[in-house]
Amino acid sequence: MAERCAVIGVGQTHHKAKRDDVSIAGMVREAAKAALADAELTWSDIDAVVVGKAPDMFEGNMMPELYLAPALGAVGKPMLRVHTAGSVGGSTALVAAHLVKSGIHKRVLTVAYEKQSDSDAMWALSVPQPFAAPLLAGAGGYFAPHIRAYMRRSGAPDHIGRMVAVKDRLNAIHNPYAHLHLPDIDMKTVEESMMLWDPLRYLEACPSSDGAAAMVLAAEDSLSGGYPPAWIHGAAMRSEPTMFAGRDQVNPQAGRDCSADVYAQAGITDPRAQLDVAEVYVPFSWYEPMWLENLGFCDLGDGWKLTEAGATAFDGDIPWNPSGGVLSSNPIGASGMLRFLEAAMQVRGQAGEHQVDGAGLALGQAYGGGSQFFAMWVVGADKP
Amino acid sequence: MADDSTIEGRGPVTTLATPIRLDFDFTPGIAQSVFLRGLARGRFMGQRCPKCGKVYVPSRGSCPTDGVPTTEDVELANVGTVTTYCVVNVPFAGQSIEIPYICAQVLLDGANLSFMGLIQEIPTDEIRMGMRVEAVWVDEADLTPSLASVKYFRPSGEPDADYESYKEYL
Repeated sequence: MAERCAVIGVGQTHHKAKRDDVSIAGMVREAAKAALADAELTWSDIDAVVVGKAPDMFEGNMMPELYLAPALGAVGKPMLRVHTAGSVGGSTALVAAHLVKSGIHKRVLTVAYEKQSDSDAMWALSVPQPFAAPLLAGAGGYFAPHIRAYMRRSGAPDHIGRMVAVKDRLNAIHNPYAHLHLPDIDMKTVEESMMLWDPLRYLEACPSSDGAAAMVLAAEDSLSGGYPPAWIHGAAMRSEPTMFAGRDQVNPQAGRDCSADVYAQAGITDPRAQLDVAEVYVPFSWYEPMWLENLGFCDLGDGWKLTEAGATAFDGDIPWNPSGGVLSSNPIGASGMLRFLEAAMQVRGQAGEHQVDGAGLALGQAYGGGSQFFAMWVVGADKP
Repeated sequence: MADDSTIEGRGPVTTLATPIRLDFDFTPGIAQSVFLRGLARGRFMGQRCPKCGKVYVPSRGSCPTDGVPTTEDVELANVGTVTTYCVVNVPFAGQSIEIPYICAQVLLDGANLSFMGLIQEIPTDEIRMGMRVEAVWVDEADLTPSLASVKYFRPSGEPDADYESYKEYL
């Protein structure tokens, strides 16, 4: 029987295009200190540290966890690094949770980050290789064809992507940590923004951000902090090969399996009805309807109808990304952890102006790479 | 134990911009060597899974679904179908193709896996899912064991493929 585990502290930086006032070490420390303060703990209360970030080639720092150990109070303590591309922030939190649930540690600090202004992610994702044509233009270039396939398969009208782009940016106005604050955004400004990777426009894509996220996870006998704990009701990771014959790139098997596992653990049979809020990794607007289907919030082909009907809006029956999501802040390595962290904030009642009233059960989801890595958790206000 | 004095209270962070480059040697292994040597002859070479019969191009030497080695080499057609695509209009460091350009998933006839290909000789607003395309190779003297041997794909002039024929490859 695994130990119960809860989030007892959260911290994040103000996500920005360029944090030129701090180094990576200073930036991760800022988030970690905020999480410790929220948990009313000090560095010496932490048993182990788990760090995640997207590929090292982004900033060009190889094995950065080694140099970050002093900044994270990890000298002389167990420290783990997690790698699962863009889903890494979620996977990192899950590895930290395993260390508590297994009974190995009582309190684990987990931190994820990206300092995109120190890097050139587009370049790092587009390095020429002899077995591939030099066509790939960053993540947008990879995902846009799959978005087109979704549009063809579902018959979704063009305006759905623009609706998500507007909704998440208007949500972000109520999140003081969000990178983008675009109060004047509307369907027209999205439609008139530059076409980057047809069918994806500039305002339908995530920004490039510097930022970090941190959480303190604790065992049931080691709780602290001013806010109630966010209990982990279910946690799962899945992956699949990037390329295999018959792979469904629009609706990956690994995502379906991961959500089935996490829902079974949490006793969820109808996610739309039972969950109160979801923070889902939507870096390009169309991934909202795509993941609505992949995560079982509706039947296949109906994801866009939920978006269109306003079900996922802040005042809808199942708000998605009240924080503004990845479309409003994308410190890549931290983006997945922010989904998990925001889910925890909602059930702890500490989300401030973007708090969903009475949120008791929340989903955090992250995906990465070529949609081959998935990480999810369900957290609740009640003890599981 | 780290305390706050180790970071806070120091002077401002200074930064330095440096050129970015990456040089590497690539060892393709047996299966990818079949593919790359095929390119040096102006041919697309794949491998068939002995269990499910699916043809991989390029092959990584095993079938990810069945977990068995793919040992049978298969020569594929020079023509295929655009399953899906995007039009790239983003400049980035190291880019070698003039924007806007069409980046398509091309499913060669006889293959069960699409790969990314550049589509040219057509205006970017005329590309569509299901379009039939053919590979255009560099001059024979310039062929190398690399996808650089394929200049691009262009419309083959055949009627578009029916959606049902390629929808399982999306």
